[in-house]
This record gives sequence, C-alpha cells and structure tokens, in this order.
Amino acid sequence: MLAQLFDQEIRRRKALATGVIRIERIRCVQCGICSYSCPVGLDVRRLVREASPISHSNCLTCGQCVARCPRGVLSLESIPTIE
Amino acid sequence: MTGGRVLPSAPRPQRYVIVGAGIAGLSAASSIRSADPQAQLTLVGDERHPPYSRPGLAYFLANEIPQGQLFPWSSAELRGLKVAFVSGRAVRLDTAGRNLTLSDGRTVVYDALLLATGAPAVLPDIPGAQLRGVVTLDRLDDAAHILSLAKRARRAVVIGGGITAVEIAEGLAARGVETHYFMRKDRFWSQVLDPEESRLVERGMVRHGIRLHHNTNVVRVLGKRERVKGVLTDNGDSIQCEIVGFAIGIRPRMELAAGAGLSVDRGILTDEFLRTSAAGVFAAGDVAQVFDPATGKHTLDSLWWMAEDQGRAAGVNMVGGASPYLRGIPLNVTRIGGLIVTIVGHVGQGGDDADLVSIVHGDSETWRESLDSFAVHSREHDSRIRLLVGEEFLVGAVILGDQTLSRPLTELVRNRVPLGRLRQQLMRAPETAVKILVDYGQKQVLQSMQALA
Repeated sequence: MLAQLFDQEIRRRKALATGVIRIERIRCVQCGICSYSCPVGLDVRRLVREASPISHSNCLTCGQCVARCPRGVLSLESIPTIE
Repeated sequence: MTGGRVLPSAPRPQRYVIVGAGIAGLSAASSIRSADPQAQLTLVGDERHPPYSRPGLAYFLANEIPQGQLFPWSSAELRGLKVAFVSGRAVRLDTAGRNLTLSDGRTVVYDALLLATGAPAVLPDIPGAQLRGVVTLDRLDDAAHILSLAKRARRAVVIGGGITAVEIAEGLAARGVETHYFMRKDRFWSQVLDPEESRLVERGMVRHGIRLHHNTNVVRVLGKRERVKGVLTDNGDSIQCEIVGFAIGIRPRMELAAGAGLSVDRGILTDEFLRTSAAGVFAAGDVAQVFDPATGKHTLDSLWWMAEDQGRAAGVNMVGGASPYLRGIPLNVTRIGGLIVTIVGHVGQGGDDADLVSIVHGDSETWRESLDSFAVHSREHDSRIRLLVGEEFLVGAVILGDQTLSRPLTELVRNRVPLGRLRQQLMRAPETAVKILVDYGQKQVLQSMQALA
C-alpha cells in the first residue's frame, strides 16, 4: 500500500519534472483563460502571443492552463530523460 | 546673398489611419509602427473599451473569466505603439481628398487608410426583432447587456447555427437561465458537420442543460411595452421568454466603403495585397473579401488569426512594402457542446443551411465547400475524427473531442502533404486510416527535420 503510494508520488513528480508545455499559436484567440488559471500568476497568454516557450522558472507544469484552454492551444509533453 | 545651400527639410511623417480597433486594426498598427517609427498613427474606434479578445466573450458569458481578463494588451504595450486612439464613428470617406469625416464632424486626413470595420450580426426581418431583450453577440457591450438581462430572465430562446449561437446558449445556460435552442432543420450546423458530429455536439449541449428544438423556426418575437415576452414558432406554438438571441449570420460593415464608391461584393473587395479599388485605401479582417491567388476567388472569413495576419500584411503594404497575404487553409478550433472541435480545410456537407444567412463569427466560407474526396472516420467514446481524402492530399478534417491527433492531422491538411501510395492503403483499410496517417505524418516531420540537419 505504502509502496504503491510512493510509486504514485514518484510518477507524479517525474511528470512535473520532465513536462514541457508546447504551444500552437494559430489556435489561440487571446481569451486569457490560461493566465487566469495559472496558480503562480504567469501571463501564459502573453507568452503564447509572443510565441515564447513557456519555460519560466516558476512554471510548475501543473497543467492547469493546458486543461482549461478551450481551444487546445497548449499541450503538456514530456521530454525524454536519462533513467 | 545667393548660392547658400538649402538644407533639405525632414520629410513630413506619413499619416496612417485605421478604422476599427479589432484584432485586424491593432495588428496593422503594430506592423506600421515597427516599419515606420516616425509615422503618425491614428486608430478610430467606436467602442469605449481598450482592445479586447472578441472570441473570449463566449468564456466571459459562461462565467469562466471575469471581464477584466478580456484585455490581452497592457496599457504600457498600447502606449508603446504610440497610436492616437480616436473615439468616434467614421461616416464619410473622401478618397480624392484623402480624408475621413467622423459623426461629430471632425475630419481626419490620411496618406494611407485601413478599413477594418468588422462584420456585425444581422437580425431577421420578422416582427418584434427590434424589441428590448433581442440580443446578438458581437461586442463586449453586447455580452454585458446579455448578462444584465440574464440576471432577471427566467427563460431564453436562441436561434441560429454555427459557433456563435451555441456560445450564446451555453452562456445563458451557465448563468442559470432556462435556455431553448431552435434549429430550423433536423440537426445542428448541417453544412459543415456530418450527422454524427451534429449528434455529438447536440448531446453535449443537452448535457449543459440546453433544450433543443429541431425543425423549429421563429416567425415573430412577441412583446409587451417594447420588451420581449416570448416567441411564436412556425408550428404555431408560443414560448414565453425574456431573452431572444439571434446568431443567423454576420454582414461586413461596408457602408463607408460603398459610400465612397469602392468595389464591394459580400465584403470590401481587395487584391492579395489587401488593397481596395481606391488608391491608398486597404481593408482587412471580417469586412474584407480577399482575393486568393490559389483559388482565383475572393473569400470571406471570420477567423481571429486570419484577421491578425491580414492586418499585419496590410500594415506592411501601407508603408510601401509588397507583402502578399497568403491565405492558407482555414482552421479554427472552438468548444461547442463542451467538446473541443477543430475544423480545417474543405469539409462541406453540401446543401444549404437553413439556420444561417451567411457565415458567423469564427467561421470560414471554405468549410462549406466539398472537394472531390472520400471521408474516413474514427470514433472513440465522445471523440471523433473525420478525414476528407482527396486525389493527392488530405483536403479537410474535423477533429471533435480528444485533440491528441489534431496537430499532426491539421499539419497534413494545411501543408498539403502528398499522400502518394498511401491513398490506396486508406481506401483499402479506412478503419485504420487515422493511425496510418499519423504514422505517415510523423515520418514526414522526421524526414524534414533530417533534411534541415
């Protein structure tokens, strides 16, 4: 039971550590739901507008902006890591 | 004393005037400012708000974002453009004298002018359409008006097809108003979606608490003391309601252009450089019917990114550049019935769409067209993919629900990736079409990356 919980936590942290948010600007209409839902207050919308990678050091890759975007602009993808 | 050298005086800054403060106008302003730091730039708008996200109004209505979130540009960013924002409505254009008259009598002189006046929603020609409580969704003030009505309304009726009607209906339902949605035919958006797609979207709308009425049309809006009290349908039924929303089509706002004798059709006609028939006058965004050299036709679109691209190209050309607007294959992504839907290319179902008199916001004329192609489908739970396989390329796709494959598939359509022998394979095994195409797309991307390396 404990091992299972521990394993779950490892997987969660790994996803957070290796996740990267990809943007597809053409889908974006600058509605701002992404910025509104960011728990650390990043202006995700502006980053998308400027086609800047969302690689701010404060980004938790929590996926809130990805989940809330009504137009599929953002996607959470994992970057390959060395095991 | 003669013979002294006359120093050349600095050239007068060019005067650029933009009518319309939507995304096309703003994008043009930004492109002019980058090209000409000395330019005198004036933006005439008749809204009292700073530039905002028009498509975002749907999410403001549905209570997903507050009004303050609708403004993408900070005041510092807007100040940086060094644009003189003039609040007013342009009523007359004199192309010979190169000036514009505003409704309060002021005159604005230009060297180059951009008409980006947009396309507001039309109302049907039926009795009662002017009553208080009849609404459309074009502007921020419309959304605020709908919300103020929704506070006291018990019931609403929404009429129309396409994206905007659903946005109004979903917004009202989210605000606790009992919402009835009328469709003239037996299914939703029949010109663009196939029957199965319509069914999935309709099911989503029902889940959002919207009551659907098929084969139903409004023949009269009923009122009392100038306020909406209900609607009368063509079946002879009447439904009591306090709000009636119409989204049956948009009409480019081209009175200014037509009054000045510019060539107009369904919109203001432009060439691929966004030039109208009058020297020094350009048009961009929803109002422009732009020539596409690829098809040889002038087309109307009402898509945010296209308006932005057109504004940018028009700005470059206004300052003397020669940047053709390359239209590309229209794409939009939106959420209807709680499902994200991507529509790209030629996906038309043929026939007419009784719910619409023209395109609506977030819409393209191209989607209604069908090219010589066959359709293959893939279905999983609430998600569905429809691909239109043409002679050489994928000519269109509708991706409804799960968007994982949306990016590779839209890239195949928009980049017109040749299918080659794959087409035979697709015809033989249509049930595995999506997998075959995605594998193929990934291979293509890989190859192009290797070629670059």
